[in-house]
Amino acid sequence: MEFLVATAVGMLTATGVYLLLRARSFPVVLGLALLSYAVNVFLFAAGRLAVDLPPVIRAGGDYTDPLPQALVLTAIVISFGMTAVVVVMAARAYVESGSDRVDDEPGGNGDGGDR
Amino acid sequence: MITHEIVLPIVLPAVIAAVIALTMRRDIALARTASLASAVALLLLAIALVSLASDGSVRTYALGGWPAPFGIVLVLDRLSALMLLLTAVLAVAVLLYAVNGWDTRGRHFHALLQFQLMGLNGAFLTGDFFNLFVFFEVLLIASYGLMAHGGGARRVGAGVRYVVVNLAASVLFLFAVGLLYAVTGTLNMADLAVKVPDVAAADQALLRSGALLLLLVFAVKGALVPLHFWLPDTYANAPAPVAALFAVLTKVGAYAIIRLFTLAFGEGAGDAAWLAAPWLMPAAMLTLLLGMFGVLAARRLGAMVSFAVLGSMGTLLIAVALFTPPALSAALYYLLHSTLAAGALFLVADLVAERRAGHGDTLVAAPAFAQSGLVGALFLLGAIAMAGLPPMSGFIGKLLILDAARDAFNRNWIWSLMLSTSLLAIIGFARGGSSLFWKSASFPGGLDARQLTRPALTITAAGLLLAANAALVVFAGPVTRYLDATAAQLFAPAGYIDAVLGAEGGNE
Repeated sequence: MEFLVATAVGMLTATGVYLLLRARSFPVVLGLALLSYAVNVFLFAAGRLAVDLPPVIRAGGDYTDPLPQALVLTAIVISFGMTAVVVVMAARAYVESGSDRVDDEPGGNGDGGDR
Repeated sequence: MITHEIVLPIVLPAVIAAVIALTMRRDIALARTASLASAVALLLLAIALVSLASDGSVRTYALGGWPAPFGIVLVLDRLSALMLLLTAVLAVAVLLYAVNGWDTRGRHFHALLQFQLMGLNGAFLTGDFFNLFVFFEVLLIASYGLMAHGGGARRVGAGVRYVVVNLAASVLFLFAVGLLYAVTGTLNMADLAVKVPDVAAADQALLRSGALLLLLVFAVKGALVPLHFWLPDTYANAPAPVAALFAVLTKVGAYAIIRLFTLAFGEGAGDAAWLAAPWLMPAAMLTLLLGMFGVLAARRLGAMVSFAVLGSMGTLLIAVALFTPPALSAALYYLLHSTLAAGALFLVADLVAERRAGHGDTLVAAPAFAQSGLVGALFLLGAIAMAGLPPMSGFIGKLLILDAARDAFNRNWIWSLMLSTSLLAIIGFARGGSSLFWKSASFPGGLDARQLTRPALTITAAGLLLAANAALVVFAGPVTRYLDATAAQLFAPAGYIDAVLGAEGGNE
């Protein structure tokens, strides 16, 4: 199971980074989503992988670490909100500039701008 | 003995922000009053907290009454109190400035600004690094809104880049938190400091990767080369008051580096002691060099100040990377100075842009504009401070850093780099100032008289930041005494650890 989880994290991260580097708004949003999935699985694994154990301390029984599950929940909520923000901003940028490029526009140097 | 005032800097802006967003969205006068009142209250609170912290004891506040390391604690020591004060001073000036009309160019300016203050204050107070992540997200999500405030294709485009870079950094932050938790089993900073020396040799590689990933994340926030690309683009395109407030945003990265790497990876960290120093120093040097070349190359005043911020982050982190008490004290002095100076200069850039129709703050000669003498004087003071010339605070800050580097093995590198880049900054600012104020004054054509909104207030706001800067010089004695004590406190993490964990009888 360790191999499976590690492969999943690796694949998600690799795909996420690749999409992020496409520098167009739709792939970038998908890439960020995949990266956040990768980090969620990774955080989950940080509490050690255990099968069929409750995240509650009980007398005489084993338990799995509940803290990473709480972290993952928080991370899911935050990444969901952030994805919504980036989608709205990317859509607004597309409407205003007519281009879905996320990197600086060709010939631009980050130097110009309007007030 | 619980002192509830420690949690107030977080609760107050959170409540005010919600009240403004819910009940004052149509009444800008009311929103301004509430927002400004909240900022002034935060300033008074921060002054009270600084005087509270200056007795040298570390105070903790267990949220929900859960004892550390199981619950989340807020920790007030000299450093966090100082950062709260700096944020509050900047916030008051920025709000005074924004009242000239910036806050009506988009919606929810004041609510977003209060949420930003909540995130900043939380990041400075928290003693738990997952909670630090959460407060980073709070301040970032507010900054995304503020960054795009007012709209415009360039600004929103720059905003998207800023959001994407920071989201990628947030993912790295979570990976780092996961690694450190997997190795040490704790998220509490003080508890981490206790457990780091005992990490097994087999886990050292994981521990180091986790710690250095965190350094990477804080370097993104602090805009260290090679992770600086977002900064000039973002700051130069952000609305002026927001850019001035963002001057403290990069310092959150510096604060987090100082906090984590003195507390958990400092003297007592065993194999992982001073983990960050060899990485931080070269990056900081490159940042300084690149920032000051950027000052020379910039074609707009806003971009010039953005690159100056980059350079000042380099200077600041060179001093931090020395990791000695005098250098840290000098770094903190420079941190205060550079935040105030950058904030003032961003406001001055907007004062210029507001007065020049069609030319904005581009560094070309154009018809003379109203109050050019007064604005020019403010620019002169700000530029002198930023470049590090006497009599403003930048001079003292750089002098303290140069002095603290006296015994460093790479002293010659640090000295020659800092002195030569100061020259670059002087040339850059002198050239910019001469085309904006000098050549414009003798430019053929009449006075460019635009309708100005509340010029007295905006100039007061910029003047307030410069006055705070001057106060750093006048009260350099007491300030450096406080900072020396702060550095001493940071280099004796036992006090912090005992305050967080000791009250409950240790953590084992």
